[in-house]
Amino acid sequence: MTRLASILQSLMIPVLAVLLSFIIGGGLIYLSGADPFLALNGLFMGAFGDLDAFSRTLEKATPLVFNGLALTLAFKAGLFNIGVQGQFLFGAIISAAVGCYVSGLPVPVHMAVAVFSGIVAGAVYGMIQGALKAYRGAHEVITGIMLNYVAINITDYWTKGPFMDTANSNSIPRTPLILESCQIPDIWGIPSGFLIAVLVSVVLWLFLKKTVTGFEIKTMGQGIHAARYAGIKINGMMIFIMGLSGGLAGIGGAVETMGVTHRFQPGFNLGLGFEGITIALLSRIHPVGVLPAALLLGGMKAGAGMMQFSSDIPTEIIDMMMAMILLFVAADKLMTRVLPVLKKKEKGLALSAGWGSK
Amino acid sequence: MADEPFIQLKQVTKRFAGVVANDHIDLAFHRGEIHSILGENGAGKSTLMNLLSGLFRPDEGEILVNGRSIMFKSSREAIKQGIGMVHQHFMLVNRFTVAENIILGQEPATFGLLHMKKAREKVRQISDAYDFNVHPDDRVENLSVGQQQQVEIMKALYRDISFLILDEPTAVLTPSESQALFEIMRTLSKQGVTIIFITHKLKEVMAIASRITVMRKGAVVTTCLPGETDEEELVSVMIGRKPEKREEKKENPSDRIIFEVSNLNVLNDVGISAIKNFSLSVREGEIVGIAGVQGNGQTELVEALTGNRPVQSGGMVLDGDKMPFSNPRRLIENGFGHVPEDRLKHGLVLSFSVADNQVLCSYYKRPYARSGIRNTKAILENSQKLIREYDIRGTTPHTPSGHLSGGNQQKVILSRELNRELKLLIASQPTRGLDVGAVQSVHERLSDLRETGAGVILVSSDLDEIFSLSDRIAVMYQGEVAGEFLKETVTRELVGNLMGGGKTNLTKDHVSSS
Repeated sequence: MTRLASILQSLMIPVLAVLLSFIIGGGLIYLSGADPFLALNGLFMGAFGDLDAFSRTLEKATPLVFNGLALTLAFKAGLFNIGVQGQFLFGAIISAAVGCYVSGLPVPVHMAVAVFSGIVAGAVYGMIQGALKAYRGAHEVITGIMLNYVAINITDYWTKGPFMDTANSNSIPRTPLILESCQIPDIWGIPSGFLIAVLVSVVLWLFLKKTVTGFEIKTMGQGIHAARYAGIKINGMMIFIMGLSGGLAGIGGAVETMGVTHRFQPGFNLGLGFEGITIALLSRIHPVGVLPAALLLGGMKAGAGMMQFSSDIPTEIIDMMMAMILLFVAADKLMTRVLPVLKKKEKGLALSAGWGSK
Repeated sequence: MADEPFIQLKQVTKRFAGVVANDHIDLAFHRGEIHSILGENGAGKSTLMNLLSGLFRPDEGEILVNGRSIMFKSSREAIKQGIGMVHQHFMLVNRFTVAENIILGQEPATFGLLHMKKAREKVRQISDAYDFNVHPDDRVENLSVGQQQQVEIMKALYRDISFLILDEPTAVLTPSESQALFEIMRTLSKQGVTIIFITHKLKEVMAIASRITVMRKGAVVTTCLPGETDEEELVSVMIGRKPEKREEKKENPSDRIIFEVSNLNVLNDVGISAIKNFSLSVREGEIVGIAGVQGNGQTELVEALTGNRPVQSGGMVLDGDKMPFSNPRRLIENGFGHVPEDRLKHGLVLSFSVADNQVLCSYYKRPYARSGIRNTKAILENSQKLIREYDIRGTTPHTPSGHLSGGNQQKVILSRELNRELKLLIASQPTRGLDVGAVQSVHERLSDLRETGAGVILVSSDLDEIFSLSDRIAVMYQGEVAGEFLKETVTRELVGNLMGGGKTNLTKDHVSSS
C-alpha cells in the first residue's frame, strides 16, 4: 500500500462520520420545518464567510486543538486522559491568577510566565492521575472523571473566594480581568493563540516521530508488555506522559484565558475538555490531524449563531451533530456495519497485506 | 480400507486475494483413523482445517460427508455434522469454570433455566471416561496450558463430535502430557472417532498416525501409511529438499562461571511461592537446559532473571558483577539477552516495523539515536543487515512484525538479541510452534552463541530440544531444582521421571563429581 493510499484509507472513517452527521443533522432541520440548505449555508457563512467569521472559528478552535493534542498524546501511549477537562480548568485559572495578580512585568515576560504557570498547573494535575495509575493501579478514566469534579469545585471555590473579582461591587463569581500586559493579541485579525496551537501540534508531531521519547511512548501504546521487557520504565513514563498531556491541556486553558475570555469564569469553558476526545478521535490520533478536526468543530460552534439567525434553527442542533460525529468516529465498527462498502475494502486490504508479506 | 470415507475432499481450492492457499486438494478421511497432516507453516494446513470446520468456504470443489456434498455455512453447521476442532490458540473464557466453558453455546436448559448440575455431571463423566486431569469447577485462568487444551478437547467431546481436528496439540505439552493425549486419541479412535492430527513433530507422527498426508505450498504432496516411510523421507517431502546435516558441535564449556543465581525466591501472580531457594550456575560456552512440566515455575524464573518480576530474596552475579533485580534495562545493558516465552506479547510490538523491533532494546543508543533524536537511517541499515544475516524471509524493514510467520518473528527477536555483546542468553520455549526449518535455524543460532563463550539458559518443555542442545540439564519441579546433570550422565527416562515429581538419589552430587 502506498503512503498516499494509506492516508486516504485512514481519512475514510472521519470523513464519512462527518458527512453522515451532517446528513442526519440536515434531516432533523428539515423535519423541524426549516430549509436545511439555508441553515447549512448560514452555518458555513458564520464560520468561514468573512475574516470576522473565520477569526471566530479560529478562536473557538484554539482550545480544541490543545485538548485534542492532550488526548492524542495520551492515546499514543495507550492512556485515555479523560481528565483533560480538569487539567484545562487548572491551566485556565492559574494563568488567570498570574494574569491579574502579577504585575510590573514586561509584556512578553508576563505572558510567558502566565502560559508557563498554566502548563505547570495542568501538568501537575495530570501527573496525579499518572501516579495513581502507576503506583496504585487505579484506572486513569475513573480517576480522571473524579478529578474533573474536584477541579470544577476547586475552581468554583477560588472564583468565589480568594480570586474573586471585587471591583465595582461585583457579585458574580469570577476572577478580575487579566492585565493588558498578559492579553494575547490578534495578529492581522488572526487570534495568535491559534498560531501557537499550530506550532505546538507540529512540534508534538515531530516529537512523536523523531525522538527517542516519542518512540518509547508509541511502544508503550502498541505493546506495553514488550515495552517493559525492553527496559522502558513504565511507571515513570506513565506519570511523565500524563504530565505532558496535562501540560498541553494547561496551555489550552492559559491561551483561552489570555486570548479570549481574559478572565476565569466558571462554566465558561466547561465541555471543552470532552470535545477534545472528539477531536482526537476525528484526527485518527494524529497531532497534525487535530488541526482540521478542531477547525471543523470550531467552525460549527462559530457558525451556530449565524445559522440560528438565518433559519431560526436552535443552536442545540449543532451540539447534536457534534455528538453524532463523536459517536460515529468512536464506533468505527458500527460505521463499517452501516456502510458495508467500507467493510469489504478494509477486509480486502488487511488480507492482501497479510498474504503479500509472507 | 474398503469402506466409504467419512469425509472426502474433491478438488477443493481456496484463494485469498489471489494467493492460492489450497490448490485442488483431494483427500479422504476414514472413520476411526488418526490421520496426520504434516507441512511447514504456510503449507495450507490451517486453511484446509478451517474449510473442514466451516470457518471458510471453498472457492472450488466440494466436501462430501458420508458421500453427500455439504456446504458448511458456519462452524455451527460443521459441529452438527460431527466435525470439531481444537485450535492452537485456545478459545476459552478465562473467568469461567471448566464446566461453564464446555457447555458454552450448548447449555442444557429448560425454559432458559440452566441445569448446571447436569452439566457438571456430564463434564465429570467425560473427564473420567478419558482420564482428563481437570475438575469441572476449576477456573480456566488457573489451569496450565496442557489442562486448558484438555478442556478444549472435552468441549468437542461434549458436542458428540465424530471428527476431531487437533491443530498442533503437542506444541504446548510435556512428553508425559503428550503421552496422555495420545492415549486419549487412541481411545477415541477405537470408538470410531476420526482424528486429524496436525503437527511438525515427526516422532509423534510415526508413533501414533494411522495415515500420513504431507502438504507443501497449498497442495497435497503425498499420502502414505507410517509403515511405508521414515522420518527422513517425510522431512524431505515436507520441505522439498534434503535436510542439511550439521556438524555436531563439541567444544567443551570452560570451567569459568559466567552467571550464577543463588537462593532465589519468587512469588507468582497470586502471591504464592513459585520459586524456592533456586540456585544455578552457568559456565562460559555452556548451554544449561531447564526441563520441566509447564507451570513448575519456569515462567516466574525467567521473568525474575530478566528483571520482569519482583524477587523476594536471592542474588545474581554476571561475570563477577552483582546484578540488580527488577531492572530490565540495567540487565540488558550488562549483557543479558532474552528470548521470551510469549513472543507475540513480550518479544515484539506487532504493529511496529521489523526495523523498529530490531532496535527495541537499543533504540536510545548510538547509532540509532543521537541526543534524543532517532536516526532512522541507522535503524534501517541495521535492519537490512540483520534481515540478510538471519535470512528473515518475505519481509522488508518496514513490514509490521505482526505480518510475519512465527518462525520469521522468532528470527527477528533472535537477530535483535544476538546483535549485542551477550554474556548470557535466556531463551524460553524458543521453538514452540515453529516449523522444522525455523527450529533448525534457532538451534543453530543458540549453538553458535555458545561458541562465542556466552552462557545460555534454555527453558523448554520439549525434551528433544533439551537433550539435543544442552551441555547440562536441570529439572524443575514445583519451583525447585529436582535434579541437575551433565547431559552425558542422564537418561530421558530419569529426566521425565523427575519432571513428574519422581525422586532420584542421583541429584546434585552427580554434577559436582564430574
